[in-house]
Amino acid sequence: MELVTPSYGLLFWTGLTFCLLLFVLARFVWKPVLNAVNARSQKIDEALQEAEKARQEMKNLHAENERILKEAKAERDSIIMEAKEAGTKMIEEARDKAKIEGAKLIESARLAIQSERNAAIADMKAQIATFSVEIAENIVKESLSSDEKQKSLANKMAEELKLN
Amino acid sequence: MSLYTFRSFFAVFGLFLLLPFSLKANEEFDIMHHIQDAHEWHLWGEGHGGKSIYLPIILYDNGIKLFSSKDFYHGQKSDTNNTHEYMLGVGKASGYALFHEKIYSLKDGKLQFHEDHPTNHMPLDFSITKNVLSLFIGSFLLLVILLSTARYYKKNGAVAPKGIAKFIEPLIIFVRDEVAIPNLPHGKHKKYIGFLTTVFFFILINNLLGMIPIFPGGANLTGNITVTFFLATCTLLITLFSGNKNYWKHIFATPGVPLVLLPIMIPIEIVGIFTKPFALMIRLFANMTAGHIIVLALFSIIFVNKSAGWAGLSVPMALFISLLEVLVAFLQAYLFSMLSALFIGAAVEDDHH
Repeated sequence: MELVTPSYGLLFWTGLTFCLLLFVLARFVWKPVLNAVNARSQKIDEALQEAEKARQEMKNLHAENERILKEAKAERDSIIMEAKEAGTKMIEEARDKAKIEGAKLIESARLAIQSERNAAIADMKAQIATFSVEIAENIVKESLSSDEKQKSLANKMAEELKLN
Repeated sequence: MSLYTFRSFFAVFGLFLLLPFSLKANEEFDIMHHIQDAHEWHLWGEGHGGKSIYLPIILYDNGIKLFSSKDFYHGQKSDTNNTHEYMLGVGKASGYALFHEKIYSLKDGKLQFHEDHPTNHMPLDFSITKNVLSLFIGSFLLLVILLSTARYYKKNGAVAPKGIAKFIEPLIIFVRDEVAIPNLPHGKHKKYIGFLTTVFFFILINNLLGMIPIFPGGANLTGNITVTFFLATCTLLITLFSGNKNYWKHIFATPGVPLVLLPIMIPIEIVGIFTKPFALMIRLFANMTAGHIIVLALFSIIFVNKSAGWAGLSVPMALFISLLEVLVAFLQAYLFSMLSALFIGAAVEDDHH
């Protein structure tokens, strides 16, 4: 029976101690600790959200980079293409130009040769004429150098005349 | 619940062991004496050769009287012809007698008995008994541990816990998230969290201190009906004072109950107010006392048989029960705070009919 009979002394001390404990702990332990824990969990939540945001941004950034890289590649390809085209065009043009130029040169050379030849022929003709006159002169001089020859010539010419 | 079945089995088993043995050997090993309050803290040895811490006795009997319990324990034994043996105080304690750890004023120099109970006047006893000292030690330890935890957060701010805070914080969070919030939803737990955590840690530290066999442990504080009565009364008062309109309506005009049944229902509901904390009181008291009895009964096997060989049986069993008691120490602290939260939660619940 004593086991289940409360005693006043112990009740008094328990009440006093428990109430003091409740007051001190509520004021100096539970409140600050729970506040700190709440603040921390809020901090962690915020940090997680930040991380998620950063991850999203990173993803966006990555996509952006990818896009830019793609664009740059396309641009590079088009530039190379254009350059190639321009190159072939230039070569083509240069070749055409060279052909025309060559043809022109050949033409002018031909003309020059032609005129040179003409001049040479004319000159040759003139010289041949001179030489011919000189030769004729010499021949004439030779054939008329003696009386006999003059007579023979006269005879010959007379013979020819007679024949006619 | 299998744990409880198991414990009940051991309790019964222990009591069966205890009963014949205590009849045979109550001089050497009185279990009931060990689990009850005392005015000395017995350390070792028997009688005058033993070592005890003599605790101060504070009496209110026409003024405050303060003296050491040594004046009783080292006083005179009552007349051995007397069927009831009690300690007569000497020195400052003269005029008082100690019988079964209770203090009586002497009448004609002795105690008068009626059916084995003294009929003498009992002065108000505010002594620092074994349980009171244990209460102080437990509370002091609790303050040291918890204040250093709080200091950690004060010093470091809202960071991850280290050291003692790493051990204490999960317990506080456990009480808040598993005990308070599920029973007191919608932010209502904030008002009661202080009480629930204090009760939890108070019961836990005193349960654990009770498991230590020697000073400063070993007092059966949470297995004392006075302490559990006080704690249950706190829960009752909080329930009554925070009960809202809805709570009282359920007691005095239970919705959905025909008017003719109310004369039956109202007394039942009123009794229900008191049975809940009463169950709290008995649960903690019986669990902790039973644990102490089982452990002591198992050890008493050695002393009753007066042979150390029995230690081969009793020590492993006592070790097993002690480990179980460590679990029970946590379990009972959890149960008391959880059921308190449940009862308070029922009293502040919003109407949802």
